[in-house]
Amino acid sequence: MNLRKYLVLVAVMFFGAIGDILLARGMKDLGPVQLNHPLSLIAALANPWVFAGILCLIGFFGSYMTALSWADLTYVLPATAFSYVLLALLSKYFLHENVSAFRWAGILLISCGVGWVTRGPELTRHPQKTEAVGPSGKIQATGDTA
Amino acid sequence: MKSLHVWEAVALIVVASSIGEVLLSSAMKRIGDLGLLRASKGIFAVLAAVFSERLFLPGVAFMAIGFFSLLTALSWGDASLVAPASASLTLVLNAVLAKFFLHEAVDHRRWISALLVGVGVVLVAR
Repeated sequence: MNLRKYLVLVAVMFFGAIGDILLARGMKDLGPVQLNHPLSLIAALANPWVFAGILCLIGFFGSYMTALSWADLTYVLPATAFSYVLLALLSKYFLHENVSAFRWAGILLISCGVGWVTRGPELTRHPQKTEAVGPSGKIQATGDTA
Repeated sequence: MKSLHVWEAVALIVVASSIGEVLLSSAMKRIGDLGLLRASKGIFAVLAAVFSERLFLPGVAFMAIGFFSLLTALSWGDASLVAPASASLTLVLNAVLAKFFLHEAVDHRRWISALLVGVGVVLVAR
């Protein structure tokens, strides 16, 4: 892991959380969507909050795909779960929702999970067919399929 | 009956989005580091590589099924149950699928992280 990769993970968290907040803010203007009128979702694009939210979610998808190109799914998902914490905090200050004791406990658990997983390796190295036994007696991969 | 429908929707969300995540993860691993590819060949080479990868569009399709089932379930008005239940169950199912289909080394550290985050998500969404 280097600085560039950490920045990609941070981008996943921020784009995801901010995108969701912007969409939630925009959809509050629009009211409930009728499933028998799916075209009303197209009209939602005209709302600036929704439009900005979609731009953020495109940024989220790009950075998420980039992270998956060099890290395991079981690393990226918990590592970027900090966006749930951002979402709770943004909901409190931006949407003026209440953050209860349960929420703070959840934030603590998520932070522990994120801290725990990011201290481990980000990628499973799959040895290729050509394997050699190294001096330590462990199998060392001579090729990197990752 | 309503609660049964909600859990059916949660099951659909969890299964569809987990399959989508596994397909997308597999697709990106086959391409390799997108950051390095962009640095050497530019952003259009990255887009071409991603869209020509055969697992990419099926992955997006499953993610879309998960997303629209979530929207449908949310419109039934059980947001406080549906959103956290599906998010945390997706984390756990992803760990299982990643272990068996992507052959990721899901060790104690990753199981514990997935469970901590999963329980945390349920609490945050209360």
